Amino acid sequence: MHDLIKQLLIGLSIGSTYALIALGYTMVYGVLRLINFAHGDVYMVGAVVGYYIAEKLIGHVPPWLVLLAVFAGAVVACCILGYLIELLAYRPLRKQPRLTLLITAIGVSLLLENLFQLPFIFGPTPRSYPPELREAFGHYFAPVTLGLSLVLMAILTWMVMKTKTGLALRAVSFRFDAAQLMGINTNRIISLTFMFGSGLAAVAGVLDAMRYDVRPLMGVMPGLKAFIAAVLGGIGNIPGALIGGLLIGVIETLLRGIILPQQYTSYTDAAAFMILIVILLVKPSGLLGRATQEKV
Amino acid sequence: MRLIHAAALALTLCAAGIGCKKDVGASSSTGDIVIGEFASMTGGTASFGTSSHNGLLLAIDQANNAGGVLGRKIKLVTADDRSDVNEAVTAVQKLINSDGAVAIIGEVASKRSLAGGAICQRYKIPMLSPASTNPAVTVEDGKVKPWVFRICFTDDFQGSADGKFAGDKGWKRVAVLTDVDEDYSKGLSKFFKLAFAPHGEIIADESYRNSDRDFQSQLTRIAEKHPDAIYIPGYYTELKLIATQAASIGLKVPLFGGDGWDSPETVASDATQGDFYSDHYSGDDPAPRVQEFIKTFQARFGEKPGAMAVLGYDAGEVLIDAIKRAGKADPAAIRDALAATKDYPGVSGSITIDANHNARKSLVMLEIKDHAARLVKTYTPDEVEK
Repeated sequence: MHDLIKQLLIGLSIGSTYALIALGYTMVYGVLRLINFAHGDVYMVGAVVGYYIAEKLIGHVPPWLVLLAVFAGAVVACCILGYLIELLAYRPLRKQPRLTLLITAIGVSLLLENLFQLPFIFGPTPRSYPPELREAFGHYFAPVTLGLSLVLMAILTWMVMKTKTGLALRAVSFRFDAAQLMGINTNRIISLTFMFGSGLAAVAGVLDAMRYDVRPLMGVMPGLKAFIAAVLGGIGNIPGALIGGLLIGVIETLLRGIILPQQYTSYTDAAAFMILIVILLVKPSGLLGRATQEKV
Repeated sequence: MRLIHAAALALTLCAAGIGCKKDVGASSSTGDIVIGEFASMTGGTASFGTSSHNGLLLAIDQANNAGGVLGRKIKLVTADDRSDVNEAVTAVQKLINSDGAVAIIGEVASKRSLAGGAICQRYKIPMLSPASTNPAVTVEDGKVKPWVFRICFTDDFQGSADGKFAGDKGWKRVAVLTDVDEDYSKGLSKFFKLAFAPHGEIIADESYRNSDRDFQSQLTRIAEKHPDAIYIPGYYTELKLIATQAASIGLKVPLFGGDGWDSPETVASDATQGDFYSDHYSGDDPAPRVQEFIKTFQARFGEKPGAMAVLGYDAGEVLIDAIKRAGKADPAAIRDALAATKDYPGVSGSITIDANHNARKSLVMLEIKDHAARLVKTYTPDEVEK
């Protein structure tokens, strides 16, 4: 029993970063019906920016101040990156078929991954944050990660449900053209959506970088899993992304730590994805998604 | 289509002066002798590549300063494979086809040596691995690969020595954590389990993937079984994460592993203090040849050489010696000379290439203490095979 609780905690803490990334996927899908495949790489950029800030500051100022600067710097940098990606890569193509956008997204993803493998930007060698940052959390790293994700999600939900910008965002997501006719500045809303999503990915990137390390391809697997989390929760649905993310984290941890016999633990990802396929077969619109009919 | 491909390939090969037997001697009897090196200069195991490269560089510079080989200078061309097996294949192809290497040195990681070795076999260019320990690198399905050699021991020996060490330590309950994506790790794990069986019990046999970065599930499961020690036959990048995470979940038993741990990063980490690993050489060795090498290396690169640097240096020296004995920079002649290497006095010990193209050498067990790797014990092949 004790073991189960430990594994559950591990799963929730892994899942909370999936959830943070999944929120970005789901919000962008909500307004643009676009799967932003570059999102996992924005998470990586957040980790890299945080790494450079930490390296510059550590030893000069107390660890908690470094932490604050790392988070703030990574979030700001990723907000700008998200804004630029939308402005330069997606906006010019908004009137094009959705497939064009999707392929552009994959292009942006490859661009970021390869750009950051260049030695003068970051290089392919994994690097670690100064251990002082991780130690500042003591034994509470996992609960803090989970708590941070929940708080950020709560703030996001509040913004979407209670503020004027949130209302506009929901309107755009409900019907793009009509929202535009009602005088909503859709470009501004879309930019904001990308910035929010990228900021959350930056937080996830820094958290994961602190407990693991930083590498240019670190966004590939978490990005994929977060995308699946978003689909699982019902893509376009904010609480759905959180639940989906946590669920994937927990499923994979339980599979690896308890359910699968030890000689098969390396098949965890395969087993986890299989379970997801089954869930989606039963409930194609995701756990919290509503079945909608595509208008022809 | 296939025919066109084959024709195009043949043309390229002839143009590069390789593959067409007649051209080899003609194109390589003047100018610099080109030695190709493929190494993980960057990526997940960057410290393997950079260390072995520095060692090799030192060997080649020393040879060139002493007047070169056969009256010619040696030119080292290094191709970075970014710690990726596909890149390793491309790198070896480039070294052979466009740089015209007469011999290849590389890699440290067995998976990449296996991939690069296949290319060298195809083009009939001798390859010498400084540090790959998986048996299949030189011998696959009972057949010796004619063009591939190594100057280090193999995992049947290393795994057995590690098992014997665990027995000597008096550990009765050992957990194993294997990287199933690496031939090196799988091989070492297999031989360790066989050798440890008479001494105690393998209480957990867990695994992870190369891309994994969270090992807490496996470690939690291992912790429940109260092991005396955990055997981790993986590479240093993952080891560092595993050690840190083990400490964070309160698992405070010694970890031990193989030469894949050899990196300044392992020794520097706070989480690995008090852990053990087997390696090819120890800086504590008082032999003059070793201490002299350490001094030269340190003067040139500003750091103490690890085993990978020593093996890189020895690989360079053994290859240069073979070219001298071959009397010409011809791949086939170098191959024959390499196979005939006998009692070469390397820094990592005396090197004799046996019938299986391996070197029979002793192994050292090191303990990480106060951020340094200290010699605990030496295991000779005779002692382990007994």
